[in-house]
Amino acid sequence: MTKRTTTAGISVRDLHLSFGNTKVLTGVNLEIKAGEFFAFLGPSGSGKSTLLRAIAGFGPDPVGEIKVGDRNLSGLPPWERNVGMVFQSYALWPHMSVRKNVAFGLVEKKIPTKQIDDKVEAALSLVGLLDYAERMPSQLSGGQQQRVALARTIVTEPDVLLLDEPLSNLDASLRVQMRRELLSLQRKLGLTTIFVTHDQEEANTTADRMAVLDQGVVQQIGSPQSLYDHPENLFVAGFLGTANILTGKLVNSNGVTRLLLPTGEQLAIDNSAIGAGSLILRPQNITLSEQVELSGLRGQISHREFLGAQVRYLVDVANTQIVVDQSHAVDQPILEVGATVGLVINSRSAVFLPEMRAADAA
Amino acid sequence: MDTSSLRAGQEPRTKRSLTDRLFPSLSGTALAAIFIATLLFGFLILPVAKVIYVAFLDPNSGAITLQNFGDFFSSALFRESFFNSFYVSAMSVVLASVFALPLAYITSRFEFSGAMVIQSLGFIPLIMPPFVGAIAMQLLFGRNGSFNLLLSNYGINIPFMEGLNGVILVQSVHYFPFILINLSASLRNIDRSMEESAQNLGAHGLRLFRRVVFPLAAPGYLAGASLVFIKVFDDLGTPLLLNVNNMLAPQAYLRISSIGISDPMGYVISFILVAFSVFSLWASFLLMRGKDYATTQKGGGGLSRRKLSTRENVVAYAIVIAILLLVLSPHIALGLLAFGTIWSYSPLPDGYTLENFNTMFGQSGAYIKNTLVYAGAAAFLDIVLATAIAYIVLRTKIVGRKWLDYMATAALAVPGVVLGIGYLRTFNDFNVPFVDKPLASWWVIIVVALMIRRLPYALRACMAALQQVSIALEEAAENLGATRSRTIRKVVIPLMSGGILAGFVTSFATAAVELSATIMLVSSDSDAPLAYGIYLFMQTPSGRGAGAALGILAVVIVAAGTMFAQFIIDRERKARTGEH
Repeated sequence: MTKRTTTAGISVRDLHLSFGNTKVLTGVNLEIKAGEFFAFLGPSGSGKSTLLRAIAGFGPDPVGEIKVGDRNLSGLPPWERNVGMVFQSYALWPHMSVRKNVAFGLVEKKIPTKQIDDKVEAALSLVGLLDYAERMPSQLSGGQQQRVALARTIVTEPDVLLLDEPLSNLDASLRVQMRRELLSLQRKLGLTTIFVTHDQEEANTTADRMAVLDQGVVQQIGSPQSLYDHPENLFVAGFLGTANILTGKLVNSNGVTRLLLPTGEQLAIDNSAIGAGSLILRPQNITLSEQVELSGLRGQISHREFLGAQVRYLVDVANTQIVVDQSHAVDQPILEVGATVGLVINSRSAVFLPEMRAADAA
Repeated sequence: MDTSSLRAGQEPRTKRSLTDRLFPSLSGTALAAIFIATLLFGFLILPVAKVIYVAFLDPNSGAITLQNFGDFFSSALFRESFFNSFYVSAMSVVLASVFALPLAYITSRFEFSGAMVIQSLGFIPLIMPPFVGAIAMQLLFGRNGSFNLLLSNYGINIPFMEGLNGVILVQSVHYFPFILINLSASLRNIDRSMEESAQNLGAHGLRLFRRVVFPLAAPGYLAGASLVFIKVFDDLGTPLLLNVNNMLAPQAYLRISSIGISDPMGYVISFILVAFSVFSLWASFLLMRGKDYATTQKGGGGLSRRKLSTRENVVAYAIVIAILLLVLSPHIALGLLAFGTIWSYSPLPDGYTLENFNTMFGQSGAYIKNTLVYAGAAAFLDIVLATAIAYIVLRTKIVGRKWLDYMATAALAVPGVVLGIGYLRTFNDFNVPFVDKPLASWWVIIVVALMIRRLPYALRACMAALQQVSIALEEAAENLGATRSRTIRKVVIPLMSGGILAGFVTSFATAAVELSATIMLVSSDSDAPLAYGIYLFMQTPSGRGAGAALGILAVVIVAAGTMFAQFIIDRERKARTGEH
């Protein structure tokens, strides 16, 4: 099994889908490039699995267009799509051996027996399970079952690969290992892959690009880094990492932009926008200072957690609670709960979302 | 722990009482275990062993021999009976599958509005003892029954009820729910992803069914089918009432009741019946091993159901209604017979009356009273034993405790006829003091037989109930100072009460209509229970109406019992899920 010479991109245009009267997907548009490792990220009920299943041809018929390469999949039954899918539960058939499970799709394609044997062996050695070919699925560990499910799908040489929460049934330690294996396998095969997950770390560590979904709507598409650094709405900001959100009004006076908080505090930031909106601050972009007078904001530490590499403080500021992460060095003293501190903001790293866009997320 | 005994160290015996010295370290539960083991040995293992032993005994010399089996197979009648029993059981499985497969398939694969009807009506045959419907079926499907009378206008006569056909029809109508229940359950337990992954890899339609759906459902089907096979193979009442005597169970009964309990053929047949029961239970165990294919995930649904077009819906309804009419025909016919005046050589009774019920109540007072006493006493003893066994097996470390469970459950593999013959042979010489009767012909032996035969049902209910009681609840009581026995009385039994009650009702309802063991043990009509009464009524054409009325009463008792047990189980489950 070697790198494919041709793999197809996936394009989804203006896709709508409902279960009865409940709208599950609204106006989804996606362009996934050939060979890309793409993630659908969102909380449960966001529609990410429904979208994946719609590409594979499961669930209610959607309105809109799904294309793999130049082929329009709309209206095709699942067995004519040539879209490989690995199920969350792996869905290995318990009455068939590993070999028979992997051979299933080739038998359906009426491939000659000799070739089936060769392809099954190649697929099983690719996932390192050739010695397990005669076992029954119930005799395998979760990680091995996962690999069999993967081998069973890629052996049929699908145009694209769909993974529905593939790591959610594994132990935490195995999960990290499997996601690296998945990525290196995908790179080796060069197969366009969509990976559905609710775990931002999984998406961040594997995906070339990802789409964040909430309530059936694609919130933002981009690389993990660009989504984290430049969230376009409050949902994306809050879903990827921890975000402090300060709501207020930007005003410009004497060439300096300041955020006016409802409680009267002011904060200078490096931004040219003006008007009401929300300021997004990552915990690591705030520094606590015991010299209260130097900073625009002051607050009181209400809680602290020592995490090793860093210390996380919860600080009560202007009727809200702000999370601040301070990196920790050897023997560096830790601030006490109850202490009054000043907050110094790295204003270049703050993202301002004007009210219009912030409202989109709600 | 007693500190003085700690200090005494080597010689704690000196302080013990006489009983302690006679039975060292026996707790109350251990004593109960010994008592139950003795009871099961005496009334289950010993009689069955005796039957098997006698099958190998030369009736004249008392030596061990295989001659009886030689005699058995050299008799044309016995060879025919053996073949017939096998044929009837196999054909009943086939016919029962013909009834069950479409119903299971339609309800599990399609969005079918009649699914609820099937789920409730499909199980009704089980609540009627099969022999009760046998006579009624003859009036509908017999040579001069309603159907053939209607068909005779066209010169057609279909031998639905002739000889073995009648037994096959009655048995498959009665037992097909076993296949329906098991097959539906395993179809329901197939996760949707099993099907979707096959579709994703290119399979659909019949290939998908053959390669994935059917193999996954097969264990459930086989479980149901083997149950049907063995039930039919062992059944005595239905062939007897249909006057089909050339089968194994009726032959055993007739040999013992007409020639006497020393005739070896009854024992040879009993041995064959037990061997077949054990063999098919063992075979189905082997087939099922490692095949727990329940694949449903949390939150996942069963197989996806397709919408039916209007035409398909009509076809589906036609199939379902036809099957349901057929399987409910014993009830319909029994009702007609019970409420009809004269029903002979006509498609329907001449008129309708309540007279049969008058006759029945006039003559069956003793039958009804006996049934309530026997079934009530047997069911009560069952739940006492079952609760004790469940506690001993699940909560103590007594050596060999699992064997109590195995022994009690082994009663499932013992046909009623065999148990009856075993009791006759074992307890005929045992004279009961004060009553001055052999134990084998004292009415109490009927209670004992019913108790042993229904113990497995009560035991499963009590085991399930105790498994649901968290051990922490008992530990909490003991931690607060309650002794073992007070904990059992104040905590364990109250929490098990729903399961115990369900076990009582199930045992009672099924014991009330049991015929195969009791027919062997009833020594006088005044001791006879209701099932035997129906058998007696049905012997004469004039008694059929009253017999049917008594049959209706039996159905009502079993139906009410089943519904009550289901109600209790549902309420318990709701209460439990409501708490969490």
